[in-house]
Amino acid sequence: MKNSLKCEIEPLVKEANFSLRRDVLRLLNKAFFVEKNKKAKKALSWILENADIAKRQDLAICQDTGLPIIFIEVGSNKSISCLCVKKIEQEISLAYRKNYLRPFSVSPICRKTPSYEGAITHVDFNPEKRGIRVTVFPKGFGSENKSQLKMFNPTVGLKEIEDFIVESVKRAGPESCPPFVVGVGIGGTSDHALLLAKKALLERVDLANKDGLLNGLEKRLLKKINALGVGPMGLGGKCTALAVKIKTAPTHIAGLPVAINISCHALRSATRELKSVIDEK
Amino acid sequence: MELGVYNSEMRKRTNTIKDNGLKKLKAGEEILFSGYVYTARDQAHKKLVSSIKKSKKLPLDLNGQIIYYCGPTETPKGKVIGSCGPTTSGRMDAFVEPLLKSGVVAMIGKGTRSKKVRELIKKYKCVYFVAPSGCGALLAERVLSKELVCYKELGPEAVYKLKVTGFPLIVAIDSKGNNIYQHLQK
Repeated sequence: MKNSLKCEIEPLVKEANFSLRRDVLRLLNKAFFVEKNKKAKKALSWILENADIAKRQDLAICQDTGLPIIFIEVGSNKSISCLCVKKIEQEISLAYRKNYLRPFSVSPICRKTPSYEGAITHVDFNPEKRGIRVTVFPKGFGSENKSQLKMFNPTVGLKEIEDFIVESVKRAGPESCPPFVVGVGIGGTSDHALLLAKKALLERVDLANKDGLLNGLEKRLLKKINALGVGPMGLGGKCTALAVKIKTAPTHIAGLPVAINISCHALRSATRELKSVIDEK
Repeated sequence: MELGVYNSEMRKRTNTIKDNGLKKLKAGEEILFSGYVYTARDQAHKKLVSSIKKSKKLPLDLNGQIIYYCGPTETPKGKVIGSCGPTTSGRMDAFVEPLLKSGVVAMIGKGTRSKKVRELIKKYKCVYFVAPSGCGALLAERVLSKELVCYKELGPEAVYKLKVTGFPLIVAIDSKGNNIYQHLQK
């Protein structure tokens, strides 16, 4: 089992780090053609050229190969063992090392011993799907450092929430590598809202939200964010964000958590259905 | 615009041209830099500044040098360096003054700098550049050599001496303190 799992996980790690997502590339290309500001256009051309070089040369799109986040989604016809989850983590760690990606963690207080340990794993059960899907999401910290959480009162107006989101993007600034994709989580508990915001970044960014209300909100926010004038690399222009993606969950009557997880322009992730995972009970 | 080789070894011979070269740059200008830079980010800054404060001898001579806020990936087989784009400069703001006092003439990173750092840049007449952020593969192609200088134990955060050619940079804060991010800062 180990070998075949390796054959499935290593390409996933490579794809996640060397190939920019197609939906992201589509929006970057669109931004390049629409942009009139010369400096912003140049920045976008660098970004597109970089994606091309990374893919051709098996180089990481960004030297910040993230603290990888692993999502394992288990469908209705499958189960998964602890051993299997640990093996997936192990193969991801090995693939990072083998492909010359940056050691992705250090001890939090003494800041020593850079290593390939400590990827963050989430296992979800989804009765609406079949099979087991693994997603590798290398999240860089230039943008991760700008994550925000605010616990609003339940009586708050939408306007206040929008202002909070726009202000958070403004504060992320040029150092978080705009144009961004802005993930927003609304509802649940504090921790759940943050996770929703992160998961929102895994949605197709070039497609409209199926929920009419959220679609309207996403479009309105994108317009406001793109009026900020930050632009690619902070050089001005129309494109501060490529997309805003919102995910919601039911919440408590006493509150309204709103979380923001920003991605840099190099939004990378790769997903595949595992064929080799079998339950070992 | 091509800014020639600039480093301390060359300094004596090319002092005038090079010093003027840097000081003449204006915020917003884009240049292609060829020469040497030293990578240093969070932990290397902490160590360097701690040594400076204790008046210890530094493992490298900072005089006339350019610091690049960067922690590259591992070097793939057959390549000079892995992906090597800039990291957020703001985290190094607190360490800037001792390094400028030690002779650093320019910094390369990404993003805005604090008011204090903008004033220091003016005071020491140095330059802050930004490199294409999130473009580590593109920048890797412009690195000719990489040599470990010190702090090996820090892994990607160690100090490396890089020889670069045609390295695209934008002058973000010039020696007069003009700042391309003025409109985004208070």
